[in-house]
Amino acid sequence: MEAVGVNEITQNDLNWKIEYDDDRCTRCGKCIATCTFNALEMQVEQRAFTALDPDQKEHKHKRNFKAVPVVKQISDLTHKCVGCGMCEKVCPNEAIKPVRNIDTREAILDCAGGSPIKRGGRTNVSTERTLDIIKVGRISQMTDPSLDALRHSFDIKSPFGRVLGAEELPLKISDNELNIEGKTPPINWIYPIIFGDMSIGALSTRAWEAIAIATAYLNEKHNMPIRMSSGEGGMPIKLLKSKYLKYMILQIASGHFGWNRIIKAMPEMVEDPAGIIIKIGQGAKPGDGGLLMAAKVAKHIQEIRGVPRSDLLSPPNHQGLYSIEESVQKMFLSFNAAFQFRVPVAIKVAASSSSVSVYNNLLRDPYHIVGGFFMDGIQGGTGAAHQVSLDHTGHPVVSKARDAYLAAVAQGKQGRIPLWTGGGMGMTSDLAADAFKMICLGANGIFTGKLLIQLLGCIGNDAGRCNQCNTGLCPTGICTQDYRLVQRLDVDKAAENIVNYMLGVDTSLKKLMAPIGNSSLPVGRSDALVSVDKSIADKLQIPFAC
Amino acid sequence: MCRIGAIKSRKPIHPSKALHLMLSQQKGHDNSGFAIVMKDLYGIFEPYKKQPMLSYSCTKKGKQIIEDFMVEKGFSRKIFSWVPETSPFDGMDFAKMPFYGFDVFNYPENLLDASPEEIENVLLDVRLELRRVLEEDEQGFVFSFWPDVLTLKEIGNPNHIGEYFNLWQEDEKIVGKNIVIQYRQNTNYAIVRYAAHPFFMQGYTLCANGENTFYVKNKECQKNLHRGYIGFESDSQCFLYTLHYLHHELKWPLSYYKHVITPLPFEQLDKLEESKKRTLYKIRESLAHLEINGPNTIIGLLPDNLMFTCCDSKKLRPVVVASDGDTVVITSEVCGANEALPNRDQETDIYPNEREIVAITNDLEIKRWKQ
Repeated sequence: MEAVGVNEITQNDLNWKIEYDDDRCTRCGKCIATCTFNALEMQVEQRAFTALDPDQKEHKHKRNFKAVPVVKQISDLTHKCVGCGMCEKVCPNEAIKPVRNIDTREAILDCAGGSPIKRGGRTNVSTERTLDIIKVGRISQMTDPSLDALRHSFDIKSPFGRVLGAEELPLKISDNELNIEGKTPPINWIYPIIFGDMSIGALSTRAWEAIAIATAYLNEKHNMPIRMSSGEGGMPIKLLKSKYLKYMILQIASGHFGWNRIIKAMPEMVEDPAGIIIKIGQGAKPGDGGLLMAAKVAKHIQEIRGVPRSDLLSPPNHQGLYSIEESVQKMFLSFNAAFQFRVPVAIKVAASSSSVSVYNNLLRDPYHIVGGFFMDGIQGGTGAAHQVSLDHTGHPVVSKARDAYLAAVAQGKQGRIPLWTGGGMGMTSDLAADAFKMICLGANGIFTGKLLIQLLGCIGNDAGRCNQCNTGLCPTGICTQDYRLVQRLDVDKAAENIVNYMLGVDTSLKKLMAPIGNSSLPVGRSDALVSVDKSIADKLQIPFAC
Repeated sequence: MCRIGAIKSRKPIHPSKALHLMLSQQKGHDNSGFAIVMKDLYGIFEPYKKQPMLSYSCTKKGKQIIEDFMVEKGFSRKIFSWVPETSPFDGMDFAKMPFYGFDVFNYPENLLDASPEEIENVLLDVRLELRRVLEEDEQGFVFSFWPDVLTLKEIGNPNHIGEYFNLWQEDEKIVGKNIVIQYRQNTNYAIVRYAAHPFFMQGYTLCANGENTFYVKNKECQKNLHRGYIGFESDSQCFLYTLHYLHHELKWPLSYYKHVITPLPFEQLDKLEESKKRTLYKIRESLAHLEINGPNTIIGLLPDNLMFTCCDSKKLRPVVVASDGDTVVITSEVCGANEALPNRDQETDIYPNEREIVAITNDLEIKRWKQ
């Protein structure tokens, strides 16, 4: 009996196997040069073949051997293929491609040094989509007319900032005219979709720049008031001091990365930022802090964040905060004060069973300084997290957002703290439909991240393809700081993709508003929706249809 | 589609005028509701302008419940009662109640020194509680309890209802200077008397023609704003409650009603001068859930009898304001105005646009407030 090293890793133990066509391969080597994971190598195979012996006069075959150069998959976990398909993309002859391996054992073997799997992307387990079960079922016909999506004008804006009740407004009546006299919390009316929370560091500077360019272009050329959140990690000084800062939302998370430079730039800011988001939690890895692996902490990242090269871990909590009331007093007040109460300050939390309690509590805040409640669901993305967090922790955002809205309704305070929801928005490609449905359920708007990098060129998906955002080896140059990889990203083309997609989203939103006869956003208009699943209908308190 | 109408006159007029106003517009109704509210009453009601009148319909048992209830609440001195003479006829097509009552009460002694606000609240609370009591056993309906206001609501053929109550025969007994009327077509909700417009609350009367597509969010918001915002049998009740909230609770000028229900688009708001822009932005932000966004025409009557009309922001429902100098009518279709005021100069008719409130003062002066 032949001895077999059964514990040796072979191709069939891995998630992806390389399918290689020797006959079509010209040995140009492009695939090997392209693979950022070093999953391919050139090897020489001994091949046996039978041919006529040219020295013999008789017609007689002879067995021969020759050495043939071939492209081979490296079968170890350090160099595993992640299915990114860059080899296929560059191959001039369609000779190579990764194929998903259903017999893989990788998930249980890839724990080198006792370390569990870390990766980027989204959950690869909780991929069911409540939003796709909900339909826009209330169409205006006869009793009220549908609108014309192309002819009517639509008010597609949402508030970012603390809204006062009418009875709280400092109004004075004189000569039958109302006038606001006195201060009110700042509110910016912005597009109901925010580009969300991906830092320079998680993204390459060029990828981040592409999103920022798209943001500015949509504002300046198309009058779409899109805002982009910086993510935790600051932003370039030049941008902080430019007029385009007004399109940016600055995020602060528990690591406070980048804020030293932001604070130093304040005296030279010519515009206020659109808002501040205090990140408490993230849907992809709730209860966990941010994580930027040392591999991605390149020199320019060290400069922006003011740190040495090392793994950058934001703590799971903001140090020094131990209660909602206290966070309101400390963080919100200090950030409101920092910009002299001109810039709305919002909070971002991971959706959780306790989200409604938090929202209720903030709604009761007597200081009126919480300018938004951003709730991120289990289907949100991340640049780096433990796989167990991505796949097994978190809360679906749809029902929790609905719960939060109805809790506000019960208090008579709906709309006072605008509700923004994210986590899997656009996961099945239609961001407008997701935004519309969340708005009907009570959200004021949504935020999206993963979809944007997919528009930039990310090929990662929720079926385990790539998801190597944490490694610094991003094959598309989006989630890496390696200057050679970053060159792969065509910034202008990437920005153009986002612009085109968002212009399409804008039209699609109108195509959803028009049939229900609304020219302004139907926030809380739950009667416009039906669910084709009874349990979801019951949970969300919308009609069931079948 | 409903048809709505209102008449405001220098001289007291009989409800038959309102029935004629609506006669030519009858293709728009389906017998699902008929209601009429009269304010600033004369004729047999003139001596009792200051005392509250309870308008109701009920069963025999309900009548006893009402009498006991009113005594219990201190309204023990009924000083006048009008029971309409009725003329039943074969083929009557409406859901008749056994009793219809319009009872005027003296105020209880404990209210003699009460402030107007206290009295307003008592009158509201009595109506709300009586409504609940009657609802328990389905013994009747109470439509208004307010000085100088008469309300009649029924389900069925409006012409038959008019004939039964002898409302077609003009006289000088049952007359008033303001009449608001609606023939209703019910499309979305159950056919019940409380769903028939005009609605009434603390001196405010309102009827609407259209569809409130933001009904759910309006309702969710209004439920917490005031104890009197109840029922919601019709999506149009939301318009009354918003009017009451704005004008009565917040004490804002009526012109801001339009800013709340159909706010200016952001594009137009941004063109306004800074202080007006800031104020209108704040109003839009704070009362976003009271916006309506669908086809509507509204006719309203304030406690001081100022009458007004306005439309949705896309002008998807019709309305015309017509006057002959002594009488002003507001109604859905011009054929109604032609019936009511055949000798007027039609060129002075006003077709309110999507951004204005047209208001008629007690001197019949017509004011137009542009948003």
